[in-house]
Amino acid sequence: MSEFVTLTIDGKEVKAPVGSTVLEAAKSAGINIPTLCYLKDINEIGACRMCIVDVGARSFQAACMYPVSEGLKVITNSPKIRETRKVTLELILSAHERTCLSCVRSLNCELQKLAQELNVQDIRYEGETQHYPIDDLSHSIVRDPNKCILCRRCVSVCKEVQTVSAIETIDRGYKTIVASPFNMPLKDTPCVNCGQCIVVCPVGALREKSSIEKVWDALSNEDLHVVVQTAPAVRAAIGEEFGYPIGTPVTGKMVASLKKLGFAKVFDTDTAADLTIMEEGTELVNRIKNNGTLPLITSCSPGWIKFCEHFYPDLLDNLSTCKSPQNMFGSVLKSYYADKMGIDREKMFVVSVMPCTAKKYEAERPELASTGFPDVDEVITTRELAQMIKEAGIDFRRLEDEEFDDPMGEATGAGVIFGATGGVMEAALRSVPYLLTGKDDDNVDINVVRGVEDIKEAEVEVAGVKIKAAVAHGLGNARKIMDKVRAGEADYQFIEIMACPGGCVCGGGQPIQPASVRSDMDLRVERAKALYQEDQNLTLRRSHQNPKVLKMYEEYFETPGGEKAHKLLHTHYVARENYPEDKAQK
Amino acid sequence: MSCGCCSTDNKVQELDKIIAKYKDTRGALIPVLHDAQELYGYLPMSVQKRIAEGLGVSLAEVYGVVTFYTQFYLNPKGKYKISVCLGTACYVKGAGEIYDKISEILNIKSGECTSDGLFSLDACRCIGACGLAPVIMINDDVYGRLTADDIPDIIRKYQEAEAAAV
Repeated sequence: MSEFVTLTIDGKEVKAPVGSTVLEAAKSAGINIPTLCYLKDINEIGACRMCIVDVGARSFQAACMYPVSEGLKVITNSPKIRETRKVTLELILSAHERTCLSCVRSLNCELQKLAQELNVQDIRYEGETQHYPIDDLSHSIVRDPNKCILCRRCVSVCKEVQTVSAIETIDRGYKTIVASPFNMPLKDTPCVNCGQCIVVCPVGALREKSSIEKVWDALSNEDLHVVVQTAPAVRAAIGEEFGYPIGTPVTGKMVASLKKLGFAKVFDTDTAADLTIMEEGTELVNRIKNNGTLPLITSCSPGWIKFCEHFYPDLLDNLSTCKSPQNMFGSVLKSYYADKMGIDREKMFVVSVMPCTAKKYEAERPELASTGFPDVDEVITTRELAQMIKEAGIDFRRLEDEEFDDPMGEATGAGVIFGATGGVMEAALRSVPYLLTGKDDDNVDINVVRGVEDIKEAEVEVAGVKIKAAVAHGLGNARKIMDKVRAGEADYQFIEIMACPGGCVCGGGQPIQPASVRSDMDLRVERAKALYQEDQNLTLRRSHQNPKVLKMYEEYFETPGGEKAHKLLHTHYVARENYPEDKAQK
Repeated sequence: MSCGCCSTDNKVQELDKIIAKYKDTRGALIPVLHDAQELYGYLPMSVQKRIAEGLGVSLAEVYGVVTFYTQFYLNPKGKYKISVCLGTACYVKGAGEIYDKISEILNIKSGECTSDGLFSLDACRCIGACGLAPVIMINDDVYGRLTADDIPDIIRKYQEAEAAAV
C-alpha cells in the first residue's frame, strides 16, 4: 500500500502522506487556507471554523482536522466559503473587546491580521458582550477574558505540553470562559508562571504583568544606582522585534540599547551562569562523594521549581540548592559588587531582562533576599525591553555594538548556552572533570545533550566516577522523568530540567511568533543556533575558566560551596498546596 | 442520594470506593461524578479535588466537565430536586409554562432552593425522554405529558409526604 494519496485541491493535483490533513496538504502545495485556533502540534481541534473547505460533503469541513484520502476533491476558495468564513469571523469579532489601538498585541495579533486578510470592513452583528474581571493578581501573567476568542491554544499548551492544567474551558455555550477551576485567580492555582499560554495566544487575552513603568521610574530616580543583567536567551530573540531573521544573535546592539536607556551598568547573566556551574558542579561532586541525595536536579528554571514544589514536593531534596543565575547575580551585585564599588546596598536597583515570565514571580520570593534586600528588584521580559527601546525612540538596527560592563562583564561560552535545552548540562559536564580531578578533559562540544528531543541522556566517566545524566525540556517531559525518579526507576546522577519547550530561548517572555511562522520552522532550534554560534566564537568555553568568577571567589566567596557562598548563592524550597480550598471564588 | 445520617468520614470512604470502582475504565470521570453527586447531593470543591487526584486528571478538567453539564451541581440542592426539561421537544410542547408555574408556586428560580431546603429548581437540557414531552423530574421520578395545571398536585404530593413523615 502506498504511503501517499493523491487528491485535488482547487483543481491542482497534490500528493500527501496518509494521515495528514487537508490543511497540511494545501500548505505543501502552496495553497494558503486561513486559520485561527490552529497551532501546529499544540492545538489542532477545528474549533474556530476559519479553515473550512468544501470536500464535497453536506457541510464545509475544517481543513486542520480533515484527513486526506485518495481522490478527494477539495475547494478552498469560493464565494460561499469566503462568505461563511467572513460571517464566522464577524461573529467572533462581535463578542471581542475591540480595543485594538491600545492592545499589547496590536500589529502582532492573529485576529486583527485575519480580519484584514478576509477584508472585514463592517461587523454586521451587534451581539451581547460579556464583561469579565481581569485577573492581574499573579506576579507574572495577566488574563483578560474579554479579549479571549476561545481558541483553546492556552488550554492545550498548559494541559498537554506542560501538564499543569491550571486553566480549562469552563461553563458552556455563550457563557464559556477560559479560567481556572472555581474561578480562582491564577496566583492561587498550580500555575507555574511559565507563560507558554502567552506565547501561543493569538490575541491579547494573555500577557505578562508589565514592569516597564517601574523600570522607567527607577531609571529617572537619581538616588538609585540602576544596573541591568540580561539572560543568554534574550540576545537570541530580541532581534525578531526589530526585523532580524529568527536566530540572529544581537548581543552588541542589545547592550548598546540598554546603555542608551540609561542603565548605569549592563551586565551579563551568563557570568552568574558560570558561577552557578561552579556552585552546582561542586554540589554534584559533593553529593556523589558523600552519598548525598541523587539525582541532583538543576534549579535555574523558576517555572520548573514551582512545578516541583506543587507536583513533586516529596523530591524537593533532589533540587540543587543553587539560586537561579538571575538571583545569584542579583545577590552578587548587592553584596560583592556593591562593596567593591562602594555603593550603598539600599541604593542598588537591579533589573533583569529575562526570556521568562516565571522570573517575575521568582524575584518576588521572600526567601530570595540574602543581603536583606531583594536580590532582583524588577524583571522585564524580552518583549518589554523591545517595547522600552521603541518607546525611547532608539533605532536599534543602527546602534553600534557595545560590550558588557566590567567588573562582571566577561562570561564563557558555557554561560551562553544556558539558554537552550541541554545547555546547563553541557556547561556542567565541561567543568565537572576539573572539579573532580583538577584537570580538564577533551570534551567541550557535548553534542549528545543538544537538540530538541524530548528527553536526552548522556553518560560520562571522569576519574573512575560514572555520571549518568538526563535532560528534559517542557514540563510534560519533566513529569516523565520525575515519575521515574519517584518510582526509584531512574539511575541518573544529574538531571537538567527547563520548564519551557526548547529551554529559555522559547520562554514565555520571548517575542511572539504567529502560528503561520511556527508551522514553518522550529523556533526552539533556530533560536538555539544563535547561542551555540556565540559559544563557538568565544575563547573561554568552560565556566571554571571565567577570570571574573575566579576573582569573585578569591576576593569574596572563598570557595565554591563555602559558607559565604551558601549564604548568598543558595536557597531552599517549599511544598505548595494545589488549589487551597479557602481561595475558591463563587 | 444523600441520606444525611453518615459522617463525613464515611462519605469520603464511599467516595474512594466509587473512584476505585471506575479508576481503570475509559471515560471514568462522568460516572464517578454522577455517583459522587448521588452521595453528596452536589459536588463541592473538596469532592472534585479528591476525584481529580483519584482519577489522575486535573481539577481544571473536572471542574470544566462539572460546569459544562447542567446535571452537575456546585451548590447543595433541595431534598426534592425538580428538573424541568427545556430541551427543544419539551420547549415546543410548553415546558416554559410548566417552569414558570413551578417557579411561581415555590417562589424560586433555576439553581435556587426553597428556604426550608425541601425543593430546588433547575432548568435542564434534554433528558432523553422526548416522547413524554414536556417532562419534569423530581429526584428519580419522571412526570411526562404535563400541563401547567398538573403542577400544583404534584408538588402537594411531596409536601404532604414530608408532613406525614414528621
